[in-house]
Amino acid sequence: MSVPALDQLWVYLSASPLLSLLATLLAFMAATYLNRCLGGTPFLHPVIIAIVLLIAFLKLTHTDYATYFDGAQFIHFLLGPATVALAIPLYDYRERVRRMLLPIMLGCVAGIVTAVISTVSVAMLMGASRETVLTLAPRSVTSPIAMGIAEKLGGIPSLAAGLVLLTGSLGCALGPLIFRLIKVRDPSVQGFTMGLAAHGFGTAHSFSSIGAVAGAFAGLAMGLTGLLTAFILPPLVHVFGL
Amino acid sequence: MPLILGMSILLGCQFLGELLVHALSLPVPGPVVGMVVLLVGLMLNGRVPSGLRASGEGLLRYLTLLFVPAGVGIMVHFGLIKTDFWPIVITLVVSTTLTLAVTAKVMEWLTRSTPQDPRDALREDRS
Repeated sequence: MSVPALDQLWVYLSASPLLSLLATLLAFMAATYLNRCLGGTPFLHPVIIAIVLLIAFLKLTHTDYATYFDGAQFIHFLLGPATVALAIPLYDYRERVRRMLLPIMLGCVAGIVTAVISTVSVAMLMGASRETVLTLAPRSVTSPIAMGIAEKLGGIPSLAAGLVLLTGSLGCALGPLIFRLIKVRDPSVQGFTMGLAAHGFGTAHSFSSIGAVAGAFAGLAMGLTGLLTAFILPPLVHVFGL
Repeated sequence: MPLILGMSILLGCQFLGELLVHALSLPVPGPVVGMVVLLVGLMLNGRVPSGLRASGEGLLRYLTLLFVPAGVGIMVHFGLIKTDFWPIVITLVVSTTLTLAVTAKVMEWLTRSTPQDPRDALREDRS
């Protein structure tokens, strides 16, 4: 094939959703493989490796994010039905959830208050700008909810989505260490904590490395945290005078 | 066609969720309300249809992949992150650690103080 023909082929491919979709799947497979080679270390979560690979690929090919997202949105879209599907494990463990209803509600409020107060006070102490503080505030909530909250507070919604992802991978890395340190072994408590502090990442991590009970509780915590944070956060942030 | 039925149930619940959010102007996203809709539906139905279980668990198995497209979006904000780099990193680490520790301890303490069903231990041993 001559060089101009290849050029035209590239122009066609880079404009179609096909390339972004394929690149996303390949990057994810490569990232999962790399993570396994590194002994499955939680510090380099497959999602983070995949994101780094894709950003490098986009920078190298001079593709902007909007073009990439045109194709990748088909994968992004599945987050909606996947969130709905969290009702299935929740239904499977409904008896256990019902018995633990009071601890679940109280634990959720305690977790949210800790997350928000520690985030806002540390960020302010470190001298972050007002905009950054308000963007960081909803970071332990699943990204679509966090974006909505950040917007309402006066933060930057799309940056909030990125910080939510960083929080998620950090939670997956720190969670197992902290559970060992403070000797928490109950899978339902571990799962609940991961879902609260690290939303969808924590939920996926609970399903894959703790078990189905933990996954169900993580999903529950993620949904509940999202619901409650939307109501608790705005008044809490006002306490800090923001 | 069980998989198609399962996917239709999931999308249908999400659709109902979006409708409810818009009609009642709730501060939460549609899929979260959709999750509540599906849970209520399953409670009324009394069991999980096999097609729904197959498509739902398939999606949940690859949940992390679904975050990748949004995550790549962080490339748009490199400039902003650079100006507040250390405050962001330290806040994330300190606050995530505290949140994990406090939540786990509170939950453990609360579950220990509620009476446990002794049949549970047996049931778990068997499974």
